[in-house]
Amino acid sequence: MSEGLTWTVYDADAMTQAEIYGQVLCDLGQRHPEIVGLSADLAKSTKIGCFGDRFPQRFFNVGIAEQNLFGVAAGLAKAGLVPFVSTMAVFTSLRAAEQVRTDICYQNLNVKIIATHSGSSFGQAGTTHHCTEDLAVMRSFANMTVIAPADGIETANAVRAAFAWPGPVYIRIGRSFEPRFYDSEDYGFQIGRAIELHPGTDATLICCGVTVRPAVEAAKVLSQEDGLSVRVLNVHTLKPLDEAAVMRAVTETRRILIFEDHNTVGGLGTAVADVIAASGKGCAFVKTGVPDCFCEVGYPEDLQSHYGLDTDGIIARVRETMNLEFEADEDWEDEV
Amino acid sequence: MPLTDAQITALKARAKQLRYDIIDITGWSGGAHIGGALSLVEILVILYDHYLTIDPARPDWPERDRLVVSKGHAGIGYAALLARKGYFDFELLRDFNKFKSPFGMHLDGNKVRGVDASTGSLGHGLSMALGMALGARVQGQSWRTYCILGDGECNEGSVWEAAMATAHFKAVNLTTFVDRNRLMIDGPTEEVMGLEPLADKWRAFGFEVREVDGHDFSALAEAIDFSRSHTDAPVVIIAHTVKGKGVDFMENDVRWHYGGLDTDLIARAKASVEKLYA
Repeated sequence: MSEGLTWTVYDADAMTQAEIYGQVLCDLGQRHPEIVGLSADLAKSTKIGCFGDRFPQRFFNVGIAEQNLFGVAAGLAKAGLVPFVSTMAVFTSLRAAEQVRTDICYQNLNVKIIATHSGSSFGQAGTTHHCTEDLAVMRSFANMTVIAPADGIETANAVRAAFAWPGPVYIRIGRSFEPRFYDSEDYGFQIGRAIELHPGTDATLICCGVTVRPAVEAAKVLSQEDGLSVRVLNVHTLKPLDEAAVMRAVTETRRILIFEDHNTVGGLGTAVADVIAASGKGCAFVKTGVPDCFCEVGYPEDLQSHYGLDTDGIIARVRETMNLEFEADEDWEDEV
Repeated sequence: MPLTDAQITALKARAKQLRYDIIDITGWSGGAHIGGALSLVEILVILYDHYLTIDPARPDWPERDRLVVSKGHAGIGYAALLARKGYFDFELLRDFNKFKSPFGMHLDGNKVRGVDASTGSLGHGLSMALGMALGARVQGQSWRTYCILGDGECNEGSVWEAAMATAHFKAVNLTTFVDRNRLMIDGPTEEVMGLEPLADKWRAFGFEVREVDGHDFSALAEAIDFSRSHTDAPVVIIAHTVKGKGVDFMENDVRWHYGGLDTDLIARAKASVEKLYA
């Protein structure tokens, strides 16, 4: 595979989210000698290893030592390099949280973190390897940009955009058995800009990561079977959040449903709720995720079904929400 | 090369000034980590006056040597030295700890010129210093990185993660110091959490160890020279120091990890420093 080619030439159907990330990083690395890679004995699992194979002098596997991993990355950034760091989301956001906060975010360093195995994507591994807290943790770090791509192609876009974006960036991906959603990379990905994937005026499904694809499926079914007009927003960037897109959804659809593979505390739903609460606007608001408990064990598809994050779960939640009553705001129509 | 008598005299004069400065800023700030700042004086002074290739007019000069003061609570002494080296006006330090001052107890590299890494949370600095050293190597640059750890800080597991990696990556362009003043907040290091045999621990992690009197400029110079020329393994210099060094009523007294000074105590402290250099 030659450098500098765009994504659509990659065999995206046969490549996982992380493999695509690894390939994009290699391509970036070919053109930008300031990029260095780091992992903590997960070079193979996170697919950053292909960067290491290609650029062994610019790759550091620090062993099973995540605190050192992020500290070393901070030092490399201080020396003028652009570190891309990959390990599992749970070790990034919890084990090494202080290094990410204090060494990287406080110093506002140009470190790009690609955290894998997020949410319930490694569900069979149990709570130690689940990560349903990372979005809450990372959002709370000043200077941090937080992105949760929907699939491998969006990951490719996010990785490229992160390189061009100054300062620390956290990109959350899964274990890479997630199905592909986008056909090509050419859909106008921009950090901080939500993407409307399905038009609608009755309700809006606000999603990120693995819930994007089933939400679009659900919107199609609800249109056909219920005659509902359901908007779907891919809010791939949680911070900075596209507040304008959220408020358009509130004023134009008046029912907001959040779907995220994360604790319902602190993640996408909380970020959206903050914006709505500050606006003074009322709307129906329903958060669906892992409901402030430690996630059950199981394969990701079973867990997503269990927590109502698959297509059927999303459809059921929309139907419930359509029956919710909420107080109308007299001035509402004037302001829309 | 051994220090000349004239060099030692000049270094001592700088150290004496720095001890006065630390006492003054402790007074201005209302309270500071004075004990650990005083134990570190000779290490900071010899690095800045004799070893670091730096340009205070260009604190971001890419090819400068780096220093990571991992025991960030020594910020009061570190800031004073940076001011005396010309990074900023010494009088600014009258605002130490005050509302919106750039100077808090643990220095912020984005606010204080000359600070290569923002530290304060213990156990972070050696990892960052290693990253800098590897960064120099990746870019084929010859500048050197120095890191100063506290001894109590060596309780932190992350110090040993970084030590393991420093040896593994053979980062011989990094010199590490341990300010071995033997006291931490709650008491003697060996009572709170034993570190000994500390030198053996570093050796076991792949370091070449030099143990010196951390207040003896000649001994420090010899060890630093060795670290700069030794290429088989990274070098750690365990600098045996006295917490509160130079102020008789603070020396080896665990209560002076942190404290404030009123006018009387400032006078007593300065008189004691004067005696040290008499």
